[in-house]
Order: sequence, then C-alpha cells, then structure tokens
Amino acid sequence: MWAFGRVSGFISLALFTASVLLGILNRSGRPLMVLPRFSISLLHRNIALLATVFLGLHVGSLLLDSFAKLKPVDVVVPFLGSFQPFWQGLGTVALDLVLAVVVTGLLRHRIGQRTFKAVHWLTYGVWPVAMAHALGNGTDVSSGWFLLLAAASAVALAAALLWRLSPTFLETSAARQGNHP
Amino acid sequence: MTAILHIDWTSCDGRGLCTELLPGVLDRDDWGYPVARGKSGRERTDIPLRDADREAAQEAVSLCPKLALSLQERMEPARESRKPGR
Ligand code: HEM
Ligand code: SF4
Repeated sequence: MWAFGRVSGFISLALFTASVLLGILNRSGRPLMVLPRFSISLLHRNIALLATVFLGLHVGSLLLDSFAKLKPVDVVVPFLGSFQPFWQGLGTVALDLVLAVVVTGLLRHRIGQRTFKAVHWLTYGVWPVAMAHALGNGTDVSSGWFLLLAAASAVALAAALLWRLSPTFLETSAARQGNHP
Repeated sequence: MTAILHIDWTSCDGRGLCTELLPGVLDRDDWGYPVARGKSGRERTDIPLRDADREAAQEAVSLCPKLALSLQERMEPARESRKPGR
C-alpha cells in the first residue's frame, strides 16, 4: 500500500502538470502541431480526470496503509494529520481544491461560465500546493529522478505562465492589436 | 424542424473550436470569430443547420470554452426578436 500510494501520487502530479500545460495552451486558442483545438480541449479534460482518479488511488491506498496513519477526517480537513501535519495538510488542501475544480468543470453548462472560471483560476494555486506537498511530505525527495521530474515540471510551468502573461499569447493577438495579417 | 446554432456574441471570444468542428458551416474571420458561410444578417447569429451537421454542432456546444453556443430546434428558420451582434 505504501509503495502504491507513492507511485499513484507521482502519476497524479505528473498528469496534473500536463493538464495545466494543456489548459494554458487551450486558452491561447492555438492548435498544437497536428492536434486541433478541440482535441487539446478534450485532452485537457481527460488528463485532468485521469489525474483525479490517480489522486483518489493515492489517498485511498494511504488510508489503508498502517504506516501513513491517515484518518478519514484528514482527507477533507487539512493540518490534523499525525505525520508531518503541515506538509500533509497541503495535500489535503490540494485535494479539496481539485475536487472543487473538477466538479465545477463537469457542471460548467449548469453553473455558467462566470462561476466556472472563478473556480478554475484556483488551478494556478493547486499546482504549487500539490508540488510543495510532494516535496515536503514525500519520502523520495532525496532521489534524483524525482527531483529531476519536479524541476522539469516547475520550469515547464513557469515558462507556460510567462507565455500566458505575454502580450502575444492569443493566437489572434496581432489582428486584435490592429495589425492586419 | 430545423436545428439552429445560436452564437452569443457577448460570450464568444473567437477561439475557433467551433470553426474546426463545423468547417462546412463556419468560416473564421481575421480576429478568430466564426462567420456562417453563405449566410447574412440574422442567420449569422442563429444559423440554420443541415441534419448532417447536428452532431458536430452538439459537440461544439459542449466544447466551446466560453459556453457561447447553444442549439435550438425551430419550426421556422429564425426568431424575429434577436439582432445580429455585429
Ligand atoms: C473535468 C474537469 C475540467 C474541465 C471540464 C476543464 C475545462 C477547461 C476549459 C473549458 C478551459 C478553457 C477556459 C477558457 O478558455 O476560458 C480550461 C482552462 C484551464 N484549465 Fe481546466 N478543466 C478541468 C480540470 C482542470 C484541472 C484539474 C486543472 C489543473 C489542476 C485545470 C487547469 C486549467 C488551466 C491552468 C487552464 C487555463 C486557464 C487560463 O489561463 O485561463 N483544469 N479548463
Ligand atoms: S468555440 Fe465558442 S468562443 Fe470559440 S469561436 Fe466558437 S463560439 Fe466563439
């Protein structure tokens, strides 16, 4: 259970990283090489859902693990855990936020764009929280491959964020700034 | 019964997902916004669809990142009360 819990945690984090990158790419309105825009949109969703499934496996298996000593309340209320309450609490915070994002994502047509987008902005908060939880709570921080994965993800996300904030982010930004193509 | 694809211009941000899913129905202008092919006036906002395009239109409605699209079933082609946004 311990090993399974750790591996599912990594997979979940990696998938969330991919989902955030695809979300940003989707937002720019650009297709990616051979992938049309609607495929990116679908990939973004499906990878996010897959990541959430692995997140469920991660938490579920550690609930059953005797070493992690997770109590059911730790799954929803942060900072109560017995093992590293702060770092573990960050994991709980991330879980709660992800659930909010996924539920509002799936009910998008029901709740409207405004509410959906307001909650969806949380994703930019979720990622660093989840990464901090992995680094602070995990027992693999000392191993090189994990640090490498973490650093690569952080660099990719930082680059994507800078691109997101740059004035030429939108596919149509040239035309909209008055320069006709 | 005709299916009508309604574009809410106050929501649309010209992201072009719909123009990919309905290439035969929608063209894209320089700003990225969808333009109904061969249509003018109100029919650029409430676009009558051929039955063959209905499924793709449904997909576009659920994938539009701005929730700007909706499908309506109409006896007559379009309603009088709505004006085109642009
Ligand atoms: C099933 C659940 C989800 C659905 C249906 C969904 C849907 C969407 C849609 C439609 C957009 C485009 C919004 C726009 O263009 O205005 C978007 C953007 C985005 N999504 Fe998701 N998403 C989901 C889950 C997630 C998760 C779990 C994450 C990350 C943990 C995430 C991260 C992002 C990011 C970073 C953006 C770009 C936002 C921006 O910069 O404006 N999404 N998502
Ligand atoms: S997918 Fe939606 S936002 Fe994008 S161009 Fe079509 S209607 Fe507008």
